[in-house]
Amino acid sequence: MTHWIILPIVLPAFLAPFIVLAARYHIGIQRVISVTGILALIGIAAGLAWQASDGTVSLYQLGDWAAPFGIVVVADRLSTMMVLLTAVLALFVMLYSIGSKWDDRGRHFHALFQFQLMGIMGAFLTGDLFNLFVFFEVLLIASYGLMIHAGGTVRLRAGVQYVLFNLLGSTLFLFALGSIYAETGTLNMADLAVRVALFDPLQSSGIRVAAVLLLMVFAIKAAIVPLHFWLPSSYAEAPAPVAALFAIMTKVGAYAIIRVYTLIFPPQLEAISGLHGWWLMPTALVSLVVGMVGVLAAKKLDRLVAFSVIGSMGMVMVSISLFTPEGIAAALYYIIHSTFAAAALFLITDLVRAGRANLNLTAQAPIAGGTLTAALFFIAAIAMAGLPPLSGFLGKLLILDAAFESDIMVWVWAAVLGSSLVAVVGFSRAGSTVFWKARSVAPEDGAEIAAPPATLSYVAVGGLIALLAAHTVFAGPATAYTTAIAQDLFAPNAYVTTVLDTPGKLSDYQDDSHDDDAAESDDKVEEDGGH
Amino acid sequence: MELLVASAIGILTAAGLYLVLRLRTFPVIMGVSLLTYAVNVFLFASGRLTVGAPPILTDATTYTDPLPQALVLTAIVISFGMTAVVVMISLGAFLGGNDDHVDDPKPEADAGDAS
Repeated sequence: MTHWIILPIVLPAFLAPFIVLAARYHIGIQRVISVTGILALIGIAAGLAWQASDGTVSLYQLGDWAAPFGIVVVADRLSTMMVLLTAVLALFVMLYSIGSKWDDRGRHFHALFQFQLMGIMGAFLTGDLFNLFVFFEVLLIASYGLMIHAGGTVRLRAGVQYVLFNLLGSTLFLFALGSIYAETGTLNMADLAVRVALFDPLQSSGIRVAAVLLLMVFAIKAAIVPLHFWLPSSYAEAPAPVAALFAIMTKVGAYAIIRVYTLIFPPQLEAISGLHGWWLMPTALVSLVVGMVGVLAAKKLDRLVAFSVIGSMGMVMVSISLFTPEGIAAALYYIIHSTFAAAALFLITDLVRAGRANLNLTAQAPIAGGTLTAALFFIAAIAMAGLPPLSGFLGKLLILDAAFESDIMVWVWAAVLGSSLVAVVGFSRAGSTVFWKARSVAPEDGAEIAAPPATLSYVAVGGLIALLAAHTVFAGPATAYTTAIAQDLFAPNAYVTTVLDTPGKLSDYQDDSHDDDAAESDDKVEEDGGH
Repeated sequence: MELLVASAIGILTAAGLYLVLRLRTFPVIMGVSLLTYAVNVFLFASGRLTVGAPPILTDATTYTDPLPQALVLTAIVISFGMTAVVVMISLGAFLGGNDDHVDDPKPEADAGDAS
């Protein structure tokens, strides 16, 4: 049963080359393999989530090498929830890309999609910081290919910016890892948690630098102002299904921040005091405001959605940087909501594109299938802006409630409520211009009427909206679960002991591993084989 | 030895950052390459500098920490692949648009740009 934990990584890793090698020229077969694979992935992820739901932490040691010498994959409540979220999102995105035939506009869409899933799943499941880097690279390499899928000069230009920004981010990540290794001599997360806690606060300049560097890397991934500049262009220019899948990528950054800054660098750690409250919280508030003002200022619909992603990440980060169990629980609830809402909005943007020359927010002739698209946009915009009755509203309420006790409650409430108002204005302006003013513009004579989008596209978007509705209806159980996750995170003993005390090869070296570098030579063998 | 390695990392990083800020694809890619060289040396040094010792445990008392070497190997492979990808994409963008600037083009009248 323990082998199941590695399956969310291994399954896409095998499907992707199989698609390239065996079904290269047959888009139909590729689609079947891809959808079947994702369905299987949902099954596995649901099984893992069910297994972890009572709080058990499951461990998989690659090659049976005990941590911290070998690589481990850890499935606890947080990881399995994120894995399940990714798998479900991937299904609807895949259905949309099949329905809209985006997957047929360039080569290797399905293979890259599977590699992307492999990277995301790996990033959620790994229990080792260097492997987190490796899986970040896997998901980034796949995302470079997906980002420029179907080509075009504008998209390639945006792709260059995206790749370069992320290359710099990866370099920063390596600098952070180097400093952490130089300071502690390990990169296993659970082992780091033990060792960092032993640091003398007066001699901690090295580990402080490492903590800040690592935070910057994750902030780039999570698109926190001022490290968000890569996001608007690349999300707006990426093919719609890819942008919708990227909705989970910013959450990988948020996940990494939650994991590392509760497990390794918890807020009560004296050596890095001030990092969470003084630095993370203000930048999160600024991201929230910048994102929502960007929604109001955007002149194109795709840019508007991209800025709303920055705003919602700001919201998530505000809640995370409270670093209380209530704050993390609210953030996790909001992460699920904002993933589905952002994905739905990106897909709807593509539906709008079906009948218009461009996505500028100007009055143009009505689009094909306009009524249904408009209705979906209306619902998704309500969800994203955080109006009742959908889950965005509940998520915001939870965040406001979590911030109530905090010292800076005034700032949080002002930013959250003010930016919500701005977002409502921005979305309603965009919606009324695109959908309602279209009635006042007569179609040009002789302009051929575009075919409405395929039913499957609507099914995919409708599915995401239905998930949002379900997330609202079952908000009680959902928040109970995220609260349980948050409590796990603030009492990481189960995680640390499961990782470090599970027997495996070399586990008898563990007690004196602090001064026994010899044992780490075996780690090297493992690393080499693993990569 | 320490001074040499430290200043090499510093000079490589400084040169890399300068080139990255040039905003044309060729200098930027050169700059990113220099930065990856710098980080590779940095990772190498993170296991402490030892001269003339094997990275395996022998009867001798000195040995080099092998883990950073494994990390550097992985990092080199990844950065090599990434550089190849970015060269291809920027070539495509350059040949398509006849312009090798990395920053956003000036907003035109018809394609208003929010950033």
